[in-house]
Amino acid sequence: MTRSIPITAPAADDLPPSPRPVESRSRPSRRRVTAHPVAGALFVLPFFLVVVAFLVVPLGYAFWLSLSSKSLALGTRFTGVDNYVRAFTDPLLLDGLLRVVLFGLVQIPVMLGIALAGALTLDAVTTRFAVAFRLIAFMPYAVPAVVGALMWGFLYSRTFGPFADLPTLVGGDPIDFFSASLLLVSLGNIVTWAWTGYNMIILYSALQGVPREMYEAAVIDGATPVQIALRVKVPAIKQAISLAAIFTVIGTMQFFTEPQIMARFAPQISAGYTPNLYAYNQAFAYSDFNYSAALSFALGFLVFVVAYAFVFVNRKRGAHS
Amino acid sequence: MTSGGAGTATVKTWLPHLLMGAGILYFLVPLLWVVIAATKSQPDLLDSPALWFAEFNLVANIEQLFSEDGGVYGGWLVNTALYAGLSALGATALAAAAGYGLARFSFMGKRLFETALLGMIMVPATALVLPTYLILSELDLVNTMWAIVLPSLLSPFGAYLVRVYVDESVPVELIDAARMDRAGELRIFWQIVLPMMRPALVTVFLFTLVATWNNYFLPLVMLSDADLYPLTVGLTTWFNTAQQDAGNRMLFNLVVTGSLLAIVPLIVAFVLLQRFWRSGAAAGAVK
Repeated sequence: MTRSIPITAPAADDLPPSPRPVESRSRPSRRRVTAHPVAGALFVLPFFLVVVAFLVVPLGYAFWLSLSSKSLALGTRFTGVDNYVRAFTDPLLLDGLLRVVLFGLVQIPVMLGIALAGALTLDAVTTRFAVAFRLIAFMPYAVPAVVGALMWGFLYSRTFGPFADLPTLVGGDPIDFFSASLLLVSLGNIVTWAWTGYNMIILYSALQGVPREMYEAAVIDGATPVQIALRVKVPAIKQAISLAAIFTVIGTMQFFTEPQIMARFAPQISAGYTPNLYAYNQAFAYSDFNYSAALSFALGFLVFVVAYAFVFVNRKRGAHS
Repeated sequence: MTSGGAGTATVKTWLPHLLMGAGILYFLVPLLWVVIAATKSQPDLLDSPALWFAEFNLVANIEQLFSEDGGVYGGWLVNTALYAGLSALGATALAAAAGYGLARFSFMGKRLFETALLGMIMVPATALVLPTYLILSELDLVNTMWAIVLPSLLSPFGAYLVRVYVDESVPVELIDAARMDRAGELRIFWQIVLPMMRPALVTVFLFTLVATWNNYFLPLVMLSDADLYPLTVGLTTWFNTAQQDAGNRMLFNLVVTGSLLAIVPLIVAFVLLQRFWRSGAAAGAVK
């Protein structure tokens, strides 16, 4: 999974409290800003240029490329939405898309569930052991996805790893972690290992920001720690949880590194195993840059829409409660 | 906490501690495996128990690691540090200036840009890699370090984070007072604002550093010259060779030792700098 967007703990704390971050922040800031229009614009300018060069222009270029096709016989010609029609009727792409969606539907709730349970535990238990747990759970975040996938690949394999042959000790068959039936689980485990601690830290930081007075009353009323966790703490950090979910969805939809590495252990991982892998292979294995651009753009657009819809629904729900 | 609460707490903490123990085991075992495996020679790697030591061969592995292919691994290590360091420095500087500009100034189009900024955070980074590759190849910039560093400067989230942080912890009165004293805008930024937003900057820097250090897709697409590879791409090429040439040359011990040395710097950085990025986290939470 590739995530070049740093989701940091402070951000998770900053976003959640206000259901409408933009509006509610710009209201007080209208009073706070000073009018030095030129200086202000100059401070933002370098960042703005990078945004134009490496976000706006690539997106525009991808869209423009996606509207033509190139063939030996006809050269490059304008084909309109043909590439998109092709993409959304391409069984290989749809297969990959479905696979990633199914993967996410299982892996994301499992991972965020463990992360939340861990964060609530850390918030309630403050022993040295808990501090060690917090530190160790976070370590996989610092491990490159490539190295994580290689490590787990070795651990899963019969020649290098300790796990595949475990059942033979009691007379069973060795486990094939790369078999068709287990492959998605094996991949899910790698992602869960890598990102659970990171999400746990985000949720833990959000919990730390919840004022203690909020549950003092519940303590006096004799509520158990589990009741307090579920009825007071979890609702209090709902926004941080949804934020972690959004970024996890964005990451999952870009699933690339783990399946690409794991293909060396499990040859049945095809060129279209995930949509991102498919876009990459269209460009670099088949040199079909126009179709690849259409895939990139469609995938990016889809992720953007899903993420934005998620934010929108969340805000609406936040506004109602 | 009441004394009664403390009493029941000690009785009931065995369960959370048991679960945390299981968690520690789960997160630690793969890392322990790399540490142990890196001390083994190629034959021991295949034959000895996976989670226990055999003959101690770490020094020989490291020597072989840095001499294989004319010492290319050392180059990958330097490249990785260089790409990650430059990208993180640049992205943090851009985010610092932009975040301050958005939080404390008003200018035409600001409102629109801030709304767009939230949208930019949602754009999946990998969707940008292929078109960026095509653009940079027109400019003859692919297969250079700039093909990695320049796209990595883009960090909408960093700018957003700094903007929120400045809004909450840099008082506008302070800036106004400095202006009364006829300090220039750049000087105010450099001498007053920058030191105040240090926790936010450390956080942005560390997380951009990790993102670039660990990035695989971008350098995989951009680079074709093995001397320019970062560790992630270099190690996978070795791993491919190790599998294809399994008959005559075995490189698995190098892949494992190389993996260990690739993760040690970041883990050490995170553990040592824990106080800083956690204080950034805590400071960001202050409303």
